[in-house]
Amino acid sequence: MRKIRIVKRQEPLGIGGSCLVLLSAIALSLLFSGLLLFFRGTPPLEGILTLFTGAFGSRWALEDSLLKAIPLFLCSLGVAVAFRLQIWNIGAEGQFALGSIGATWVALSFPDWPRAALLPAMIGAAIVAGGGWGFIPAFLRQRLKTNEIIVSLMMNYIAILLLEYLVYGVWKDPTSFGFPMTPSFSETAIVGKIGTTSINWGLAHCVILGVLVWGFFKYTRTGFELKACGDNVRAAKYARLPYDRLVFLVMFLSGALAGWAGFLEASATVNRLQPSIMVGYGYTAIVVAWLARLNPLSIGIASFLLAGLRVGGESLQLDLQVPAAFGGIIEGLILLTVLAGGLFTHYRIVYRRN
Amino acid sequence: MELAIIIPLLAAAVQSGTPILYATLGEILTEKSGVLNLGVEGAMIVGALTGFIVSRSTGNPALGFLAAGCTGALLTAVHGVVCLWFQGNQVVSGLALTILGTGLANYLGTSYVGLSAPGFSPVELPILSSLPVLGPVFFNHDILVYLSYLIPPALWFFFSTTRFGLGLRAAGEYPAAATAAGLNVIGYRWFGICGGGFFMGLGGAYLSLAYTHMWTTNLTGGRGWIAVALVIFAFWRPGRAVLGAYLFGGIMALQLRLQASGTQLPSSILLMLPYGLTIFVLVLSSWRKKVSEEPGALGVNVEPVD
Repeated sequence: MRKIRIVKRQEPLGIGGSCLVLLSAIALSLLFSGLLLFFRGTPPLEGILTLFTGAFGSRWALEDSLLKAIPLFLCSLGVAVAFRLQIWNIGAEGQFALGSIGATWVALSFPDWPRAALLPAMIGAAIVAGGGWGFIPAFLRQRLKTNEIIVSLMMNYIAILLLEYLVYGVWKDPTSFGFPMTPSFSETAIVGKIGTTSINWGLAHCVILGVLVWGFFKYTRTGFELKACGDNVRAAKYARLPYDRLVFLVMFLSGALAGWAGFLEASATVNRLQPSIMVGYGYTAIVVAWLARLNPLSIGIASFLLAGLRVGGESLQLDLQVPAAFGGIIEGLILLTVLAGGLFTHYRIVYRRN
Repeated sequence: MELAIIIPLLAAAVQSGTPILYATLGEILTEKSGVLNLGVEGAMIVGALTGFIVSRSTGNPALGFLAAGCTGALLTAVHGVVCLWFQGNQVVSGLALTILGTGLANYLGTSYVGLSAPGFSPVELPILSSLPVLGPVFFNHDILVYLSYLIPPALWFFFSTTRFGLGLRAAGEYPAAATAAGLNVIGYRWFGICGGGFFMGLGGAYLSLAYTHMWTTNLTGGRGWIAVALVIFAFWRPGRAVLGAYLFGGIMALQLRLQASGTQLPSSILLMLPYGLTIFVLVLSSWRKKVSEEPGALGVNVEPVD
């Protein structure tokens, strides 16, 4: 009789093996997605091909994927910072909304300021608003022991409704024919595009912030303390590391990064505030952060791939009439298969004859 | 306020609280076995769609309701595979389940948007419905509401007196000791996950079969998450879950009524009420309760042994 057994590895799986597991996980989820397409009467191979060429097959597609990777990267970087400390920040979506609200408030209040003053002020407002929104679940968690997962998630709904309240009400453009949107930002409040591409300078923000976060974890004392706490909370508390303060810090940072993404989306992409900027980057960011194992460089790669999934999903919708929700299915499947694949890092499966 | 306003409001609270109640009871069952499942929202919405499709194609809403429970359990079984077999992180797996479930329901349900299906209508219970106040509030609903009255005492009985229920709680409290005592912890956890998913699916089906008789995208609208929060509010006790669910049903019904009555408050502010209340209720329950009644091994995987 053959029996499957799980045996602990002597050493964790190397980089080659990890890549193999990751690739097979993604292949498996694509296989499932293909099956789903098949059941709904879409030719699966054509569907997956359309998905890929739609995402990465042309200059326009690549630029669009890169463009969507910008907010995804920042949100995910934020989520990853919190996850490092085992703090489950599910609120990137709301922090993103608050960031865009903060930036819009500055842009609408001081349209005449020169660019050199206005853009930093907008970023500052986005950081304060997004970071502050992230701070609330951290505060409730540390002071009152409330569950940060649910609080940060509920705050997403509240943030989106707040955004809607503003654009349907006090900030509504009187010349918009009833559409829920603020007036267009002034020229000085807009982050411009790089050269002749459709990509904005937000990409440079991503690179700088990514390096900063990486350096923060690698070279600073606080970064080291964070890593220690994330690995073992109890040991860290025993070593008298300031756990409380670190939780506040990561949640503020996490919210600030998502808020920055909200600023870029409002300023560089749509040049105003409107409800359609909320497309779930904050939720996809969780998938990205976990796929990338919380590593900033891998987050860059993963956010580009998942942004591509969104762009490819759009062409799948246009060319083959596949509902937009299909992208969510693939995202969920990839996350589940990669999560399951994590077993192979520390264990191996052997067949034994009894 | 007069009785003529309060009684219909309370009755509406019971009705809109029922889907949340089913889901909360499901999550209590899962968490008692030591597994944290954040995929409630996903299991609910998948159940809502299945219930709708089956009821529409067979003309039998009861069959739809049952099928919804089964697909709910099927979806949460994925959580079982990832967490029980492959040792995946329970928090992330639950989130993935919600992303997957919402995607699946919205993808497979696109052609059903706006259509209607045969569902459940209110049935007055004889004698009980003629009771003053209690009658109109509790006994003038559809049969699924009456069914939901039976589950909390049944679950209480299951957890506190049956051998199987005690074993399940041991698996959630102290899996190592349970294993040493010869209990099959993984088996109990499978039961907790799939049994819980069954109730979550039923909760979703209540929305599409009794609450609206319709299918729309994102039908659940965060109710699954509210259920996760209510488990904490209920201190993992089925009885208190009833209280919490009706409180939320009440606030949802109130918010609808305020909107319909044309108040000066903007609708986006009114819509914030249930979510704000969730946070408030969480703060309140953790502030009042110094010692948590959370199952000891909640969210901790059981390592495979050679």
